Amino acid sequence: MRIAVVDESPARGAVIAEGLEASGITDITVLVERHGLVAQIEKLSPDVVLIDLANPRRDELEELFAVSRAISRPIAMFVDQADEKSIEAAIDAGVSAYVVDGMKPERIRSVLDVAIKRFHAFSRLRSELDEARGQLAERKAIDEAKALLMKKRGLDEPGAYAALRKAAMDSGRKIADVADALLTADKLLGEL
Amino acid sequence: MSLITVRLGFLPLVDAALPILAKELGFAEEEGLDLVLVRDMSWATVLDRLLYGHSDAAHLVAPLAIATTLGLGRPAVSLSVPFVLGLNGNAITLRPELAAKVTDVGRSGDIIDIGSRMKALTLESKAAGRKLRLGVVHRYSSHNYMLRYWLSGSGINLSEDVDIVTISPPFAADALAAHEVDGICVGAPWNSVAVERGVGVVIATTSQIWRRGVEKVLAMKTARMDAEPETMNRLLRALYKAGVAFVDPSRLDEITTILSSRKYLDGSSAAIGRVVQDLVLFAQNADPVHVPDFMFQHREAANFPWASQAGWLYSQMVSAGHVTGNAEDYDLAQRVFRPDIYRAALGPLGVPLPGASAKIEGSITNPIGVGTTQGRLILGTDGFFDGSRFDPEAYRKQLENADFAQ
Repeated sequence: MRIAVVDESPARGAVIAEGLEASGITDITVLVERHGLVAQIEKLSPDVVLIDLANPRRDELEELFAVSRAISRPIAMFVDQADEKSIEAAIDAGVSAYVVDGMKPERIRSVLDVAIKRFHAFSRLRSELDEARGQLAERKAIDEAKALLMKKRGLDEPGAYAALRKAAMDSGRKIADVADALLTADKLLGEL
Repeated sequence: MSLITVRLGFLPLVDAALPILAKELGFAEEEGLDLVLVRDMSWATVLDRLLYGHSDAAHLVAPLAIATTLGLGRPAVSLSVPFVLGLNGNAITLRPELAAKVTDVGRSGDIIDIGSRMKALTLESKAAGRKLRLGVVHRYSSHNYMLRYWLSGSGINLSEDVDIVTISPPFAADALAAHEVDGICVGAPWNSVAVERGVGVVIATTSQIWRRGVEKVLAMKTARMDAEPETMNRLLRALYKAGVAFVDPSRLDEITTILSSRKYLDGSSAAIGRVVQDLVLFAQNADPVHVPDFMFQHREAANFPWASQAGWLYSQMVSAGHVTGNAEDYDLAQRVFRPDIYRAALGPLGVPLPGASAKIEGSITNPIGVGTTQGRLILGTDGFFDGSRFDPEAYRKQLENADFAQ
C-alpha cells in the first residue's frame, strides 16, 4: 500500500509516517512543499492520501482526485457509509483520508486509526508546547517588570513582586498581563 | 439567560461579512444566540465540518450545496439554503501582459468586447502550443460557472480551447506570478492581492456577467434545520440585521476594521474597504473604479433564496458536464433553496417578502415593483451580459423532453 501524507508541518508529517511504519507500512511519502503538490501526487499515484483538514490546498487536491476518476486510479474521500464513525473521528482529529477505489475497508481502517491517534498525539504535544512557551514568556515578563520596578522605585525584589500582585488584584487581571502593560508603558513613555 | 450556541463555518473572504458582523455587532446575541465562527481554509473542510456535525451552518459557495444534495463528490446529504449571503463580488484577473491584449488596463470595459478579445487571445495561445490556463476556486462554484458562461458565450470552446483548473485563492497571486495559471476567477479580497502585487490585472467582474449572480449562501443540513427551526430562524434574523448594517455607509470604518482583523480575514483594510464600497482596483497604479453592484449583500431582498437561482446553477452544472440533466435532479436542486423558511423567519421583522419563489432570471431591464406577501419591493436590473433570460419552468420542460427523447 502506497501512502502519501500531505502535511504543512514536517514534524507532524514525520510523526504520522512513523506511526504508519510501526504498523508495517513501508511505502510512505510525506509531502510538505506547497509548490508542485498536485503534480507530485499525480506522479506518486498513491493508494491512500492523508491530508490535514487545515491545508488550504484540499480543494485543488480533491479536483485532482475527481479528474483522476476519469483516468485509471479513482480516488475518493473515504466515504463508505458504514464507516461514518471513522470519518467523524478523523475530522475530529483534523485529518481527511482519500482512498483509491476498490481498497478493502479493513485495510483502510487500521491506517486511519493510526493517523487519527497520531494527529491527536501531535495536537496534545503542540498544546503542551504552546502552554510551556506561554508560561516561559509570562515568567520573563514578570522578571523584567520586577527589575523595572526595582530600578525605578527603589524596591527590593519581594517588594516589586508585591506591587505587581496588588496591581493585578486591584484590576482583576493576571500578574503577567500587568507586567506586560508596565513594560509597554515604560517603552512608550521612555520614548517621550 | 443562556444563549443557544450555533457554530458557523466560513472562509476568510469579504462575503463572509454577514456572519461575521452578526456576531461582532451583537445581532446574534440579540436573537439569543452565541454565534461561534469556525474559520477554515478550504471548501472541502467547511463542508466536511457541516456534514459531520462540527458546525451547524456554513458560509458556502452556492453550487456546492446543490452538488452535495445530489451526491456529487460526497455521498448525498440533503442541504438547505434558507438565506443567500451575497451576490457577486468576484472578478476575473489575468497576468498583466495578457490583460493588455483584451482590455484597457486599469479601467472597466465592455464585457462583450473583452469577451471577443478573450476569444482571440485563447485561439492565439492555443495555436502557439500553450492553451490558456484559468484557475477557479472550486468546480462547484459560481466562479467556475460564470466564467464558463461568459467564455462560451463569447464563442470559446471550453473543452478544446482553454484549460480551467482549480486553484486555492491564497496561492492565486503566486500562481499568476509563476505563470502556473494565466488568469483566475476568485473572490474578494484575492483579486486585490494579485493586483497590488503587480502580478494581475482585473479584466472584468462577475457582476458584469450577471448583474445579480448568486454567490455565497448560508447552508445547513436539512435534517438539522427541520429539527431546530426556531434556532435557525433566529440565525436568519441576525444575518438580516447584519446586512442592514453592512450597507450603512456610516459604519464603513467599523466594518472594515472588524473584517480585516486577525481572527477574520487577516488582510489589508484598504483592500477590504474598497470592496465594501464597490470600488475595484483594476491595475496596480490605477485609481479604483466604482463598479455598481460589484458586491451585493442586502438590498432588494438580495438574501432571498430564489429557487430560480438554484435552477440556473443546475443548468450550468449540466452544461459543464458535472451532471447529466434530468427533471428529478433539477427539482431536487431547486428545492435546496428554501424561500419558505426565509419568509417564516423574517416575517416578524416586517421586512419585504417576495410573493413568488422563483423568477425569470435576467428579465429585469428597468427597476420594477414585484409582488410581495409583506412590504414593498423594487428589483433593479438583473441582466446577463448576453441579454439572455433563464426561465426555470421552460428549462424544466426542456429536461422533460430530453428525458422523453431517450
